[in-house]
Amino acid sequence: MANFYKDNPALKYQLTHPLMQKIVALKERDFADKDKYDYAPADVADALDSYDKVLEIIGEICGEVIAPNAEGVDHDGPQVVNNRVVYAPGTQQNHDTLAQAGLYGMSLPRRYGGLNFSMIPYVMAAELVSRADAGFANIWGLQDCAETIYEFASEDIKQEYLPRVCRGETCSMDLTEPDAGSDLQAVQLKATERDGQWYLNGVKRFITNGDAQIKLVLARSEEGTSDGRGLSYFVVDNKHDDRIKVRRIENKLGIKGSPTCELVFNNVPARLVGMRRMGLIKYVMSLMNGARLGVGAQSVGLSQAAYEEALAYARDRKQFGKAIIEFPAVFEMVSLIKAKLDASRALLYETTRCVDVYKAYEGIEQERKLTPEEKAEYKEYQKMADALTPMLKMFSSEYANQNAYDCIQVHGGSGFMKDYACERLYRDARILTIYEGTSQLQVVAAIRHVTTGTYLKRIREYEAMPCAEAFAPLRQRLAGMTALYEQAVARVTELKNGEYLDFCARRLVEMAGHILMGHLLVLDASRDDMFARSAAVYLNHGEAEVRKHAAFLEHIRPEDVELYKA
Amino acid sequence: MSFNIVVLAKQVPDTRNVGKDAMKADGTVNRAALPAIYNPEDLNALEQALRLKEKIEGAVVTVLTMGPARAAEIIRESLFRGADRGVVLSGREFAGSDTLATSYALSCAIRKMGHVDLIVCGRQAIDGDTAQVGPQVAEKLGLPQITYAEEIMDVADGHITVRRRLERGIEVVRGPLPMLVTVNGSAAPCRPRHAKLTLKYKRAAIPSEQAALDEADKALYAERPYLNIGEWGVADIDHDDRWLGLTGSPTKVKHIENVVFTAKESKRLSPADNEVEDLMKELIANHTIG
Repeated sequence: MANFYKDNPALKYQLTHPLMQKIVALKERDFADKDKYDYAPADVADALDSYDKVLEIIGEICGEVIAPNAEGVDHDGPQVVNNRVVYAPGTQQNHDTLAQAGLYGMSLPRRYGGLNFSMIPYVMAAELVSRADAGFANIWGLQDCAETIYEFASEDIKQEYLPRVCRGETCSMDLTEPDAGSDLQAVQLKATERDGQWYLNGVKRFITNGDAQIKLVLARSEEGTSDGRGLSYFVVDNKHDDRIKVRRIENKLGIKGSPTCELVFNNVPARLVGMRRMGLIKYVMSLMNGARLGVGAQSVGLSQAAYEEALAYARDRKQFGKAIIEFPAVFEMVSLIKAKLDASRALLYETTRCVDVYKAYEGIEQERKLTPEEKAEYKEYQKMADALTPMLKMFSSEYANQNAYDCIQVHGGSGFMKDYACERLYRDARILTIYEGTSQLQVVAAIRHVTTGTYLKRIREYEAMPCAEAFAPLRQRLAGMTALYEQAVARVTELKNGEYLDFCARRLVEMAGHILMGHLLVLDASRDDMFARSAAVYLNHGEAEVRKHAAFLEHIRPEDVELYKA
Repeated sequence: MSFNIVVLAKQVPDTRNVGKDAMKADGTVNRAALPAIYNPEDLNALEQALRLKEKIEGAVVTVLTMGPARAAEIIRESLFRGADRGVVLSGREFAGSDTLATSYALSCAIRKMGHVDLIVCGRQAIDGDTAQVGPQVAEKLGLPQITYAEEIMDVADGHITVRRRLERGIEVVRGPLPMLVTVNGSAAPCRPRHAKLTLKYKRAAIPSEQAALDEADKALYAERPYLNIGEWGVADIDHDDRWLGLTGSPTKVKHIENVVFTAKESKRLSPADNEVEDLMKELIANHTIG
């Protein structure tokens, strides 16, 4: 039996991180649920064991159902029949199996039918599903909508919708329109109130899983407004009665199993989530961070799949009388895929732990007032999650693309044919650096953490953590990389030229990223030998990258930017 | 009134991944060298039982397995998927059982359970491939049987309707309850483990497993009775010693050899007495039996 969780010890390792004790204790609040629910844990060890057990179930479904279906799903794709989406047969089976196993709504509180799991196992599940089929991961991942409902909707709406998500009803997040993509302030879909009931009219475009049963829709509730402050957020119970029509499904390069829909809303009854006018400026901004974390998990899962495919082929394929993995050109490529995979995974779970702590406090705050110490810690972790999320989204998605590219390269001519999974991975990977904010927009979000010193502060914290003697030389090299980073930041920022900073931003953010991931891998290797190789390989790579960027930035002056203008 | 379904399930070595050390010199299976799994067709049988449980109000699914203490894993796997309870029939007196002794022991255990409406089991186990235990249990309990079932279509008015998968097509048959049904691998695959049930039952254990725990952990089983898996020994069933274990097993392994199947050979007989008699003569003549 193929099991994507059990065959990869790097995942269970994450459950042993020292911070997990705190995360579980915060999430379970003195384990009060243990007498109310027969599936609630009694203590931290019990909860971690429950995470492990459930991840085993997901790992098996991924290995036995979702991965074997992936090729067929990619080939068949979804269809529009009578204004409705019909999934590919494999997609439907994937969804039904996960729903039957009670795996939707993992992170929701038990009173709504959830498992009350922390974010770590939930994100890990997303990684596993993505390794099996990155396109299907979107349908699975849209249960994030429940998080938004849980955080911002009235109790009434929570009671109505959250148990349905746990039973496996599907969700969609309807934000973009033909003229509102990256710029969501331009959303036009109209929300009008008549006799205390809201109705939606208009068009949405590029909506993933657009025919879902439960929809969160961003709409203009304030007539005469034209910016983000006129938008509110609504929940729609899609009755599939022709009020919402699927006009078409996009024909995409990759993630073909995930239906990307154009929708027409015609007098669709809807309920307001939270407060009017807060749709974009508060709720969508909040869910966007969750979505970016999701793309991080999707990217790491895809990188894992690319690594597995490359390694298996390189061991199997013989040329010049030996397996091609014995040639330096090939083993260097495969070990770099692995190092980038391990680096992005380290950053994924580090980010998730920060999200976990602050989300747990957010949940506690719904029940009681936080103490000043708790409040301070809440803010601290939230800030770190905000800083690490765009870094994660950018690096993991770029690495997934590089890894999928190298995976085909390892396959040679065969990799260009439809016979191997690597060509699908390559196509599926391509969207990862684009949706939920392009890599370029992640740099925009991350650069302020370069200039305000958030990343440097984090680097200093890692430096202060104890590590095994064997890795002291790597730490020393990281210190050298950090010095280059500080010099580059100082040189770029002292000129106080906005355009110049924007021009240099990507390189500065990348320098910080290589150092952060280098530290994380050193800490991981220090706790478990299985990461020792990746720590060294990644540092060789990251150090060269940091020097490359330092060299570039050393010579570029504000006036040089003119050279690049179109 | 409750509707009692018993599922017969077996823990088997995973013969789908056989290495060099799969067989011992004495011709028996080297169970230590192979991972122990839930016999695949018994999972198909469990799924049929769980579907009936969803259709029939008050239906109770009990899983019965014979084997060493570690076979409790089979019961846990069943509970994770929706079974209500389970019993492990265990003891050294059962060791060395062939299909005859196994079906005898299982039938004694089923008798002890009181009224049973339906027994379902896989067509055959992947370690022996005999397909004899199910039918023999039915014979010993004096029950009618339907073999090669692909779907239990309906249970109503004391009758069961079953679709059978046969060599040259399908057949729908109806028969009176109580009944024993053996289920084909072509039936619907078993549902996955359910997250909440897995967390609820993850500590379920038979008494001999509980004995190894420290006192604090033992207390859990008094608090939560549903975590106790039944463990029956030879003393718990009404039986005759002569029919159990090695003594009760006429099958003796003479020697083993590796064979490679080159063709699939099958022979069709009509259900006439003379044809069956001819076959028996042929099998005795070529020493397949006797």
